[in-house]
Amino acid sequence: MSANGSFVSLQGIMKSFGDLEVLHGIDLDVAEHKVVCLIGASGSGKSTLLRCINLLEHVDAGTIVVDGQTITGTKIDVNRLRQKIGIVFQAYNLFPHMTVLQNVTLAPRKALGISRSQAEGHARALLRQIGLEDKADEFPDRLSGGQQQRVAIVRALATGPKLMLLDEITSALDPQLIGEVLELVRELADSGMTMILATHEMSFAREVASKVCFLDAGVIREEGPPEQIFSAPREERTREFLARVLEAGRL
Amino acid sequence: MGQFLHEFFSPFDFLRSVPQVWSGFKLNIQLMLVAEAFVLVLALSLAVVRGLPGRVALPFRAAAVAYTDIFRGTPLILVLFMVQGFATLNFFGLSADTLFRNGLIALVLVYTAYVTEVYRAGIESVHPSQRMAARSLGLSYMQALRYVVLPQAIRRVVPPLLNDFVGLQKDTALVTVVGVTEATAQAGFYSSDFANYAAYTVAAIFFIFLTIPLARFTDHIIKERERRERAQAV
Repeated sequence: MSANGSFVSLQGIMKSFGDLEVLHGIDLDVAEHKVVCLIGASGSGKSTLLRCINLLEHVDAGTIVVDGQTITGTKIDVNRLRQKIGIVFQAYNLFPHMTVLQNVTLAPRKALGISRSQAEGHARALLRQIGLEDKADEFPDRLSGGQQQRVAIVRALATGPKLMLLDEITSALDPQLIGEVLELVRELADSGMTMILATHEMSFAREVASKVCFLDAGVIREEGPPEQIFSAPREERTREFLARVLEAGRL
Repeated sequence: MGQFLHEFFSPFDFLRSVPQVWSGFKLNIQLMLVAEAFVLVLALSLAVVRGLPGRVALPFRAAAVAYTDIFRGTPLILVLFMVQGFATLNFFGLSADTLFRNGLIALVLVYTAYVTEVYRAGIESVHPSQRMAARSLGLSYMQALRYVVLPQAIRRVVPPLLNDFVGLQKDTALVTVVGVTEATAQAGFYSSDFANYAAYTVAAIFFIFLTIPLARFTDHIIKERERRERAQAV
């Protein structure tokens, strides 16, 4: 917990890729056991922001505090930190040359130094929870997209993170496969996992989020409880965005 | 025509030269096996060095690039002569008499440069998101490389790698120029002793029989992969 009581605290995050300014001063607080949803058009900086929190991208300016630890400093053990912060990507990014079980046990064994038998026991228990224990010895390409993404979530959970970052994890899925992935995220939220998720699934955001942030051109244009953001957005840009999403949904 | 057949395919000379050429060919096989073992390891290390990130690694990267540029660009026969010349300076336990070792060093120097590029292409063919996923789980740079990137990279480069090894096997014949009495040299001795070229035919057949299994194995791997990828696409 940091001084202001939030589990994750972002202040003045700036990030550019060359001349392209992606994040233009982001302030965000996430309380423990809460779910924050980032919404916004493609290119609004959602993914970049999540990657900055996992230190997969270096911020140009600003501070990030996670669990009382300032992670934007210079003397930070990024590998230790990443074991505490799980991230799941849109494209699953499972390791194709490893079985499901090997995917899930790699980080616990190699990064945490847990014995193979212990790691496999834990991994099988996690896979059982999501109903994929019988796929443990399959290679990822034998699984459906929804199953792959659920494995990716379990893989991120295997190191026992205290924060999960989900980067549009249903965007690459066929509509009929989205449900099973969202169900797993819902269970995670119910279990009290602190999460920040970038999503295009507005109804899901409305359901699980304790706070919704609308990102626009590298800043958080508007944030608030989901009922307010989706029913009574204050900002013109938020209204425009939600109207566009609604229209796309109708088509 | 009869003259030609006699010169190259005389059954008598053919059979009589086999033991002599074979005695030399054993050296080719040794050269090939030892060189391939060194090349596999050295080239992989060099490819990894070439991919190291950051400013600190810049001199190492530059050295690796310079190495591959120099030894891919220099004809093997020149490298052989130069290593032989260097050996006369008696550094590193080498001398003008350590012929096998001198030839081996030249082969390793040149083929390491080729195979480094093969490995590098393989490493670059692994999508960056794989490395990122590994790092995001808390694996270090070297762990991500070892467990996630390299296994995929090496699998992909097996066919071009084996192709380079076919080249290496044949090029062990060039080592004859520094005086290693391998198959080509023995065939030469025979032909000047008995004024008949059948021994060269014998040597050629030995080389062909050595490369055919490797070539077929390469084909097999490529086919197997295509089959698997088609199965995946369905």
